[in-house]
Amino acid sequence: MLWLGVIYLGSLGALLITSLYTTDDYTGSVVKTVSLDNFKDLVTNPTFRAVTIRTLMIAIAVTVIDLVLALPFAFFMAKVASRRTRRILAVALVLPLWASYLVKAYCWRVIFDPVSGVMKQTLGFSPGFGITAAVVVLAYLWLPYMALPIYAGLEKLPDSLLDASGDLGAGAGRTFWSVVLPLLKPSILAGAIFTFSLSIGDYITVQIVGGKAQTIGNVIYRDFGSGNLPAAAALACVPILIMVVVLLAVRRTGALDNL
Amino acid sequence: MLVSGPARVALKLATAAVLAFLYVPLAIIAVLSFSSSKTFAWPPPSYSLEWWRAAIHETGPRDAFVTSVKVGLAATLIALVLGALASYAVQRFKFFGRDTVSLLIVLPIALPGIVTGVALNSAFRQGGVTFGYFTLVVAHATFCIVVVFNNIVARLRRLAPNVDEASADLGADLFQTFRYVTFPLVRSALVAGGLLAFALSFDEIVVTTFTAGPGIETLPQWIFNNMFRPNQLPTVNVVAVIVIMLSIIPVYLAQRLSADPTGGLTADEDG
Repeated sequence: MLWLGVIYLGSLGALLITSLYTTDDYTGSVVKTVSLDNFKDLVTNPTFRAVTIRTLMIAIAVTVIDLVLALPFAFFMAKVASRRTRRILAVALVLPLWASYLVKAYCWRVIFDPVSGVMKQTLGFSPGFGITAAVVVLAYLWLPYMALPIYAGLEKLPDSLLDASGDLGAGAGRTFWSVVLPLLKPSILAGAIFTFSLSIGDYITVQIVGGKAQTIGNVIYRDFGSGNLPAAAALACVPILIMVVVLLAVRRTGALDNL
Repeated sequence: MLVSGPARVALKLATAAVLAFLYVPLAIIAVLSFSSSKTFAWPPPSYSLEWWRAAIHETGPRDAFVTSVKVGLAATLIALVLGALASYAVQRFKFFGRDTVSLLIVLPIALPGIVTGVALNSAFRQGGVTFGYFTLVVAHATFCIVVVFNNIVARLRRLAPNVDEASADLGADLFQTFRYVTFPLVRSALVAGGLLAFALSFDEIVVTTFTAGPGIETLPQWIFNNMFRPNQLPTVNVVAVIVIMLSIIPVYLAQRLSADPTGGLTADEDG
């Protein structure tokens, strides 16, 4: 507990302090004078705004894609499949989660490569490296994080509710919208927090398949690499702020207990 | 049954499509690692074990692998001890700020890795700590604690609190209760949490980039550094396949350990 308290919160504190410092224009070293310049830059610089919006859009797209893919999969797993199939599907879903993140991103690099990629050679076209590729790969990477909580939520949902809805004359779609979805809301939100937060901070995938696209993560990494630690720290506050807003909004629904 | 006719077929198709989405990329790399060609020629012109043989003799990936295992083990050990203590405290005792602690625990997993990385980096820098194995292990332990904590809290929540009381009534002291009652009951959660923590650490690259000292290269870092070098690609393919194969071990272990088909990853079952 102390570890988390001291190291983690301490680090976040240090991050905040660093974000207030500035760099010396000539030597490039960090000058420990407190100012809000970095934050002023964040708000006024149109590039930062574009990057933030792009990152948000990517994270939202990834979350929506994962939701669309995970819902039928988890539903089949929890309510249709036999015990044996369910076990196999569960393993199939968990296995890629343990396989290295980098290896998976690398697989997609091989597929999407605009010149020599496998997709180009077999299908004749490829989205190439860019935002589309980044969204697909991120959705691929985080799919289990969405599917597992939804599956857990569906497991808890009594079958009799579905039967009852059917007996009352509701079709499959109606049952889904009016019975399953509302009850699944906490699980979906839990999954969405994962996919959203994982996407928002990612820069590795974007570096591997994103081509020239820039996200918040990339810019932080770039500033960090060029020694402008204060700017990187200030920029890192943006995802923190976004996540705190999301978590506070979600907390009211009780989904945090499902994380 | 529950789902009828066309809906059933549609669900089946969707499931099959998702499975294909999950596994086709991995399969492609596996096939390519046996290709005789140095590029991604598809389908491979012919198959050979050439790159496997070459990769096994390379020291780069092997050293990186050893580094990853060392860091993973150290971080997991720290996480197990601290995570277990923290979860026990949160679950068994009521104290000021308990709810805040629960939210605090969620933070490191809800916040992006790059934030954790930059934050830890600036903390180490301001504290004047030299970057090296020590900083790397501390950083890894920080996010490993979270998964251990989550696993154990979920288990403790499921246990009836009166087993502790029963043990005390039968004359056991606190230590005996822990040794003979609580510990055996949470053992599998501990193992599952430890496995997950190790896997997370083994796979981590973002926080690693920000907290490892110069000269330290973990396996993910090696893969990342070599991925953009066309000459190294055949070796990267082989290393990738080996890493994918390695991931079967923890899944198998997790399966053996728990009746839960997801291997404890949905530890919130009755949360």
